Amino acid sequence: MISFIQSISDWALPFVIVAIPIIAYMRKVPIYDTFVEGAKEGFGTAVHLIPHLVAMMVAVTVFRESGAFDLLIRGIQPILNIFHVPADVLPLGILRSISGSGSITILTDIYQRFGPDSLIGKMASTMMGASDTTLYVLTVYFGSVGIRNARYALKVGLLSDFASVVASIVVANLLFAPH
Amino acid sequence: MMNVIWLVMLVSGVVVAGVQGNIDKVTTAVLHGARDGVDVCFGLISILVFWLGMMKIAEQAGLVEVLAKWLRPIARFLYPSVPVDHPAMGSILANMSANILGLGNAATPLGLKAMKQLQDLNPNKDEASDAMCTLLAINTASITLIPATVLGLRVQYGSHEPASIIVSTILATCVATILAIFLDRYFRKRARRKKAKR
Repeated sequence: MISFIQSISDWALPFVIVAIPIIAYMRKVPIYDTFVEGAKEGFGTAVHLIPHLVAMMVAVTVFRESGAFDLLIRGIQPILNIFHVPADVLPLGILRSISGSGSITILTDIYQRFGPDSLIGKMASTMMGASDTTLYVLTVYFGSVGIRNARYALKVGLLSDFASVVASIVVANLLFAPH
Repeated sequence: MMNVIWLVMLVSGVVVAGVQGNIDKVTTAVLHGARDGVDVCFGLISILVFWLGMMKIAEQAGLVEVLAKWLRPIARFLYPSVPVDHPAMGSILANMSANILGLGNAATPLGLKAMKQLQDLNPNKDEASDAMCTLLAINTASITLIPATVLGLRVQYGSHEPASIIVSTILATCVATILAIFLDRYFRKRARRKKAKR
């Protein structure tokens, strides 16, 4: 089962990148020229994103490296103890929506300390897989087209991140906690 | 709200570092953060260039249309403001498919393409349209059937049952995605009501 699912995700991408050109070629599309034409857009989009991502990454890094992030965690911990949320999984829950690479660091740290097959390890894995880095997605997606006013998008993103953290904790407890 | 979050992160970071006596960390954090931002953008160039090229082929071959036809009912429900045969719809659906398959690398370029096409439909270029907010909500909640990155990391750290988290992830991601769609609708309606009052 595991290897089956693993191989689906391993094969999905290679399959797509041969299937598309083969079908297109059979339909008489000049595939090479078409590829180049479409690919031209990519560079401009990425360069356009630099100011947006630098702004966001600087703020996130300052917030984390200064110790302000740790302070925030310590402040929230007593509340979470009431709901029996393991303290070690909390930094991941918060950092998940702010920083992609930061949350991977915390995830691997949890794997190292508790093992990937521990309850906390599985809880953290679920959290990591169940949502995306909202601040990054917002910066990149809106930045690429020059949207200044994101309206309610950030609110929706952060609220659903919160829901996914809560859902991960509940689901992991239901499925993996020893009874 | 973005302005507030940005300001809070910067100010609280500098204040905390100052109080704790390691203000020098701010300087290095600024340098590292800025470098990371540029690094991420340069890292994006390669996958953006590749997937936008592939996407163009798929578009010219009519594959995007086929995909859009299959997923039309969902799309019509999620994006009522986008005409069903508009190119943006194809990109939105391709982005969704890549997310579901756990192909994060492919999902971003397709999502950015969709954003660009939605911007063409957007009457106010500074402000996100309803459809843009929905696209963002779905991408941040990230409907994932195969969390490839996490699976890979679990294997790397010696897990005996790496795939055991797939079911829990699908459950949690479904809860978050459904809620995101619901919240998106709710705030959209609220924004309309406010506008009508004015």
